Amino acid sequence: MADKSKPKGFRALRLILLAVPFVAVLWPPLYNRTEPAWAGIPFFYWYQLLWIVLTTVLLMIVYGIDRRNGQV
Amino acid sequence: MSAHLNVVATAVFVVIFGFVTIMGFVAARWRKGDLTQLHEWGLGGRRFGTVVSWFLLGGDLYTAYTFIALPALLFGTGGAGFFAVPYSIVVWPILYTVLPRLWSVAHKHGYVTAADFVRGRYGNHALALVVAVTGIVATMPYIALQLVGIEVVIAGLGLHFDVALFGFHVELPLLIAFAILAAYTYTSGLRAPAMIAVVKDFLIYATVIAVIIVIPAELGGYGKIFAAVPPQKLLLAAPLPGNLGAQAAYGTLALGSALALFLYPHSVTGLLSSSSRQVIKRNAMAMPAYAFLLGLIALMGYMALAAGVKEMPEYAAQFKDPALGNNFVVPALLLHMFPSWFVGVAFAAIGVGALVPAAIMSIASANLFTRNIYKEYINPNCSPARESQIAKIVSLIVKLGGLIFIVGFPQTYAIQLQLLGGILIIQTLPSVLIGLYTRMLNPWALLIGWAVGTGAGAAMAASLNFKVSVYPITLFGVTIPCYAAISSLLLNLAVSFVLSWVFNAVLRPAPADMTAEADYV
Repeated sequence: MADKSKPKGFRALRLILLAVPFVAVLWPPLYNRTEPAWAGIPFFYWYQLLWIVLTTVLLMIVYGIDRRNGQV
Repeated sequence: MSAHLNVVATAVFVVIFGFVTIMGFVAARWRKGDLTQLHEWGLGGRRFGTVVSWFLLGGDLYTAYTFIALPALLFGTGGAGFFAVPYSIVVWPILYTVLPRLWSVAHKHGYVTAADFVRGRYGNHALALVVAVTGIVATMPYIALQLVGIEVVIAGLGLHFDVALFGFHVELPLLIAFAILAAYTYTSGLRAPAMIAVVKDFLIYATVIAVIIVIPAELGGYGKIFAAVPPQKLLLAAPLPGNLGAQAAYGTLALGSALALFLYPHSVTGLLSSSSRQVIKRNAMAMPAYAFLLGLIALMGYMALAAGVKEMPEYAAQFKDPALGNNFVVPALLLHMFPSWFVGVAFAAIGVGALVPAAIMSIASANLFTRNIYKEYINPNCSPARESQIAKIVSLIVKLGGLIFIVGFPQTYAIQLQLLGGILIIQTLPSVLIGLYTRMLNPWALLIGWAVGTGAGAAMAASLNFKVSVYPITLFGVTIPCYAAISSLLLNLAVSFVLSWVFNAVLRPAPADMTAEADYV
């Protein structure tokens, strides 16, 4: 309870990190095209597959914040 | 059916299946507990750590949905079927943020089901009953999807023994697989699928690695595979004036599926069997690895297009069979590309990969029935042993319900079964997920909201003859093709919030809440 200010600052960041994947993949106009293709895979497909990896990274950061705050 | 029995593949398949069956029975002794107690039979004694929970929760995502239904959808409809990838992305932040609260409050109060929680939180029996019944009914088509998975694999082996059962024609091997599943679920409870899930995952990893290395090499690379897809199917159709088109359908299907996943009884069971909330958070972090494989498996639909399996005479009979249709895409691709022994391994992976979730689903439904219907309304004073006994019997009945679903509602795309289940289960979101954060909503308002949402969702699905789940809604002159689960949920939420405000203002009820704020963290 002593240092309530610190976790609060991170709380906004935490929420943003958790919200980013929703915006990135649930709005198809962002990625509904074929170019730039990568290794023959159209953008539409590799973009979404890439976001799986990025979501893991974001969740790992959030987990780190939670551990720091002793909220795991 | 003209297909001949594939002897080698069948032998490998039967050996692996036999091994798994023995494991299912042995599992009763694993981390030994008193299986006459419901939390031991139905939650594995709540002792599963990060690793076992990983396999168990993965079992929820990696089902016949992934292996059979998704590739078939991509094969038939193209990029529109890829919505399962965004679905399996956004589901993990939801798991990470929301569901640990359910674990905590359930742990504190000994809840086994979502309906237990709703009863404790709102003190309303009717609402808890509705949550329980919805869970049981919504699970049946999902179990049916698993049985379809087993069915197509058996057809792929060339096993074909028709038996007439109550006037329906049923495949004998499917019945045998079904009986095995029922028997070990009955004896071992959740320990059986948890243990088998580990084997299943290794089989699946082996299959997927072989598929993504061998098949693209055979077909001349991913470029060639995507080139085989008709260009107009590769992407989502562009919106028309006054119609948001396929992109709206894509986004809402992904969001609706994700919001629904952790409301299903089997997901709740998977969550509550974890040994701590930390286990859930760690799993939410690592689970996207599963999602990545899901995306690659979905692309098998395109590999099948590139290989041209549907035009091959040897698979023509299966593709024409209305019970199989496009769902035969993956078995055909595997048969075409791999030696028989590996086909046996891969088919076993798919078969076991359908059995594990089917077992978890039936156990979860049984937990619901026993705790929230039998003990609540039929026999309130039953002993814990009797409670566990009833759950075992109900787990059999629920599986039978799934069997009836596939005989009664044949689908061009098996994924439709899961999408219909989603429309039903998502109506419990306001009571369960919002209930984890606030007691502000009035239980009677939630009940009416549920009824309106379920009615609207069912009406939309019925108007499409249960063949499609995306219902076009016209708002201010703009047509929005929207997954019926999302539109009906919005209606449900609107009713729940407005009526809660009215009821709370007019009636000023004293909130009956067994839980305290501190129970959720």
